[in-house]
Amino acid sequence: MPARIPSLAVTAYSATSALGHGVSAHVDALRSGRGSLRANDFSSAPLECCIGRVEGIEDAPLPQSLAHWECRNNRLAWLGLNQDELFEAVSAAIERHGADRVALVLGTSTASIGASEEAYRRLEDGHFPQDLRRPGIHTPHSLTAFIAKATGIDGPALTISTACSSSAKVFASAERMMRLGLVDAALVGGVDTLCDSVLFGFNALELVSPEPCRPFDARRRGISIGEAAAFALLERADIAPHSPRLIGYGESSDAYHMSTPHPQGRGARAALDDALARAGLREDQIDYINLHGTATLKNDEVEAAVVGERFSPRVRASSTKGFTGHTLGAAGGLEAVFGLIAIEHGFVPGNLGCTQPESVCERQLALRSEEREVRVALSNSFGFGGNNACLAFARADFA
Amino acid sequence: MSELHVRIEGIGAWLRGASDWNTLRAILRGAHGLREDAPLKPAAAALPPAERRRAPEAVLLAAEVAGQACRHANREPSSIPCVFASTHGELSITDYMCVTLASAPCELSPTKFHNSVHNAPAGYWTIATDCEHASNAVTGWHASFGAGLLEAATLALAENTPVLFAAYDTVSSGPLAEMTRTTQPFGAALVLSPNGSATPLITLRLRAGTVSELAALPSALSTLANDNPLNAHALALLAALAQDSPARLTVPAASGLLLDMEVLF
Repeated sequence: MPARIPSLAVTAYSATSALGHGVSAHVDALRSGRGSLRANDFSSAPLECCIGRVEGIEDAPLPQSLAHWECRNNRLAWLGLNQDELFEAVSAAIERHGADRVALVLGTSTASIGASEEAYRRLEDGHFPQDLRRPGIHTPHSLTAFIAKATGIDGPALTISTACSSSAKVFASAERMMRLGLVDAALVGGVDTLCDSVLFGFNALELVSPEPCRPFDARRRGISIGEAAAFALLERADIAPHSPRLIGYGESSDAYHMSTPHPQGRGARAALDDALARAGLREDQIDYINLHGTATLKNDEVEAAVVGERFSPRVRASSTKGFTGHTLGAAGGLEAVFGLIAIEHGFVPGNLGCTQPESVCERQLALRSEEREVRVALSNSFGFGGNNACLAFARADFA
Repeated sequence: MSELHVRIEGIGAWLRGASDWNTLRAILRGAHGLREDAPLKPAAAALPPAERRRAPEAVLLAAEVAGQACRHANREPSSIPCVFASTHGELSITDYMCVTLASAPCELSPTKFHNSVHNAPAGYWTIATDCEHASNAVTGWHASFGAGLLEAATLALAENTPVLFAAYDTVSSGPLAEMTRTTQPFGAALVLSPNGSATPLITLRLRAGTVSELAALPSALSTLANDNPLNAHALALLAALAQDSPARLTVPAASGLLLDMEVLF
């Protein structure tokens, strides 16, 4: 088992998803049970499903000085960076520690592949159209390169792309860099946008629900795909004694199948065990678990069994993907923010879309939002390739 | 800035004309040129035969060099975490996806889709070797080798465990090749250890800056090195490791950040 880690302060954080721009829009929607999924009006060819589409991306071009990075994913990243005074907090951290003492670790599954897709739809004599001949937006590092340029962060800049666990794992990489003294702060997070690759890709795998997704419902029919940008600024705890803390994480591999979880949740359990060990906590000290809960038959079956076996009903659990859709490479970061919201705003988000819960975790699931004290929150993220991560956050006075 | 000290326990490499580290090492030492009888596809013996037949190039390359490095280090692949770095991932699948989505999106292959994820090699590797440890898939664009090496060394030291690090890039195809041109497949892998007695010992230091002059390579390798920054940076380190004598080199770890390496035997 890994050793306990020193906790880190989350000195700023923000989220932008189909629920709205910034933290307060998310608090309102999660608390009141107002979802955001709608009929698919995005894909370049018709596809019957529901999506979580962020409002306003089309009307929010990048500033002229960053126009070279224009694409939907970087627009969403910029929109997300400019909520909740996050940009100002990053600038202050650069001022405090030095630009080369701040790391940038971001997760994305598809980055700006949407721009490459568009170029192929608009080929001119077999070549990319002039406006899309920009190598920087046709690389999986596009997001991180853009954010480094936009913020002025000069420290390590790493893109983690492990499908749907990407932006959970960024917290682990950043913590290690800080623990070894390579940097004093890290901007972490994830951004993924709607694109044909994921809509038609998950459709090909027969994992897309024709109706809004219903995580953990016995009648669930698959995922609804969403998009999001989520960021968190990590600094040492003495900088911000009252800020919520990152207290642990676990990472593991299923070693089972590329697109199906291990039937007994081997990797999910290993990630949970490691997160608890690094946090120095037992299961009964957890107040809330934001579940991966994609609403596929297999994921929810496996995850429900782990929750039902390992946690007492005192521990409240929910998937928030019924609110936002599955935001893929951004899900880890978005749902980390939901854990922080639960801690700071004192409520457990409900498991929107579920009315007939899987019996094995029925007693732990919060079907509707519950006002209660949350001192410690976990967040699960599982990705293709059997790539798992579990994050642990706590209120400052509990860490 | 803190220093990181890691020991190299094992090395793997694959390119057209040198299908293992010993062959590449001899080329780097000037003993001979590329082998004309070398295989055109990585053997990837770590994968089960069925996977080997249908796996994409990125998976074969990564599994080949990862397997070599673990054997050289005498480490069970299932016993250590892994970090896979690639500038672009599997470019032939990206091209396939974009072509299909532009013409017949509903005919997209489900297998190609799940093989399109950047962590496909990490997934196949952990499945084939029954590795339950953390696996990662990263990119840093033109600094992918340095950024990935830094991530792997950080993991080794922070968690006090040997770590498998593999870096690879595949051949570009289709219209995308004008944006991300690579003409040759290449992969290299290291098993890094935070302690023990293996040599060489590498000291890593970060430094602000953009200029990293790399030492000249034997002419047989210059095309490969010029093909892609990941190749150039990996070959620069492998060239130092091939000489069995102290060396210093610098590769980018990010845009504006350099990774200085001091190699001691």
